Amino acid sequence: MTYLLRYYRAGSRIGVLRDLQYRGSTFMYLVGFLVEPTVYLTVWTAVANAQGGTVGTYSTGELAAYYIVWTLVRVMNLAYTPYGWEWRIRGGRLNEFLSQPIHPFHRDFAFFIGSKVIWLILWVPVALLLSLTFKPTLSPNLIEIGGFAVAIWGGFAVRFVLLYLMGLVSFWTTRASALFEIIMAGELLLSGRLVPIELMPEWVQQLASWLPFKWSFQFPIEVLIGRLSPGDIVAGIGIQLLWASGLGVVLAVVWRFAIKRYAAVGG
Amino acid sequence: MTPRDSPGPARLAFLHFRIGALNEMQYRANFFIQMVNSMIALGTALVAIALVYGHTDDLGGWTQPELLAVMGVHILVGGLVRTFVQPNMNRLMEDVAQGTLDYALTRPADSQLLVSVREISIWQLTDVIVGTVVVVWSVVTVSGRVGIYATLGFVVAITCGAIIIYSIWLIATTSAFKVVRIDNLVQLLNGIYEAGRWPVTVYPGWLRGTLTFVIPLAFAVTVPAEVISNRIGVIEIGWALLVTVVFVTVARLVWLWGIKNYTGASA
Repeated sequence: MTYLLRYYRAGSRIGVLRDLQYRGSTFMYLVGFLVEPTVYLTVWTAVANAQGGTVGTYSTGELAAYYIVWTLVRVMNLAYTPYGWEWRIRGGRLNEFLSQPIHPFHRDFAFFIGSKVIWLILWVPVALLLSLTFKPTLSPNLIEIGGFAVAIWGGFAVRFVLLYLMGLVSFWTTRASALFEIIMAGELLLSGRLVPIELMPEWVQQLASWLPFKWSFQFPIEVLIGRLSPGDIVAGIGIQLLWASGLGVVLAVVWRFAIKRYAAVGG
Repeated sequence: MTPRDSPGPARLAFLHFRIGALNEMQYRANFFIQMVNSMIALGTALVAIALVYGHTDDLGGWTQPELLAVMGVHILVGGLVRTFVQPNMNRLMEDVAQGTLDYALTRPADSQLLVSVREISIWQLTDVIVGTVVVVWSVVTVSGRVGIYATLGFVVAITCGAIIIYSIWLIATTSAFKVVRIDNLVQLLNGIYEAGRWPVTVYPGWLRGTLTFVIPLAFAVTVPAEVISNRIGVIEIGWALLVTVVFVTVARLVWLWGIKNYTGASA
């Protein structure tokens, strides 16, 4: 256990240093994906303005708060892309990981934890700029701030394990892109990433509550913008834990089969 | 081939495209996978539009069927870029990093032409088909027919749009000569391109200004959509042509500056 902790510390340091070294590149990436929430925010603000200032239960200020917190949640729940597995398997790059006594999951997980550090630093000026432009209504209390601090890690864990699990499909086929696109579209629509789920039809809201997606996007956002009671926050974190550990068990089982299928390509 | 009958630029480009196309034709199953991916992307886009217009009838002066034209053009131009531009620029970045660009630079043909025609991903043309269908559908819904002048103007405008985006990609990629690691650049450009999904008139002034003059998605996406839906006429097409000339010239100058200062990474 102490060994694993030390491994995580070293692994995340590599993540920090890599991003620090290429900070210009990291910043480019950050600006590139900030366009996404800015677009959603401006479109929904235009809709709200056309209707006298609100859409659903969201005022323009609350919409701004939603999408600005969105950017922080997005930075936090970045995970290893399932597309990366094809690259690893085809190029034989997996061999290097497999020859190590530690599960590659730990290596990747630690790396992504570490790479949050530089991302968060780069995120601050962007968030300030967005806040000045869009004037969010945001006044979280201590419980909400504390809950958020836990929930963003819960969201990261759920999303990381989910995408990791999906990536393993590449052990069986290298043409999984259509499957990945479906899952990504599902995430976009059912996680609160595109729009708060309340603005969707009732049946979509029902569907979303049975899927893991919203626990890595909408839930942490709602915690911080003050739409949940303390009880809801605790329960939500519990559900995040359930999803992360449940998917983790599935991942461990699928991994065993996947690794048997694997025959190294390249060197 | 003897120097006497060495091909002109158009023929050279055509020959490269033909080889690239024949190469990809070997993998026919990819067509269906791309088609599925295009349909998923289209479905997601339509759901987003339906959601927005579920809450309002008018977004920045655009009705739902009119906005479909913008979305169609966005898909169409995006398809053109992913077919002809992005693969070439990826290869260019790779060549600079690996030091293999010398193979292109030492050839007797124009270097900008060569690096711009070496790769083609023809299966991405599925998006061009899907985009065209969406545009035609939108125009027929709005006005019942497609006018001949509007169609001609549309073809001109969309060609300008594709050339403008090519120029932006080339300018950005040329920075690879100075900063070798720019893989996140792709993320940045694709992220910004996403903003073109909605008409630029929806955005607040500062963003509209950026998308009109700095990264002119206004001319690349919104103008063709406005032309085909008869919202604007000849004068705006003239402006689009002028902007295209400016961007092509700047791209050419940046490219010449780039290769002049290029020393090779391998040596």
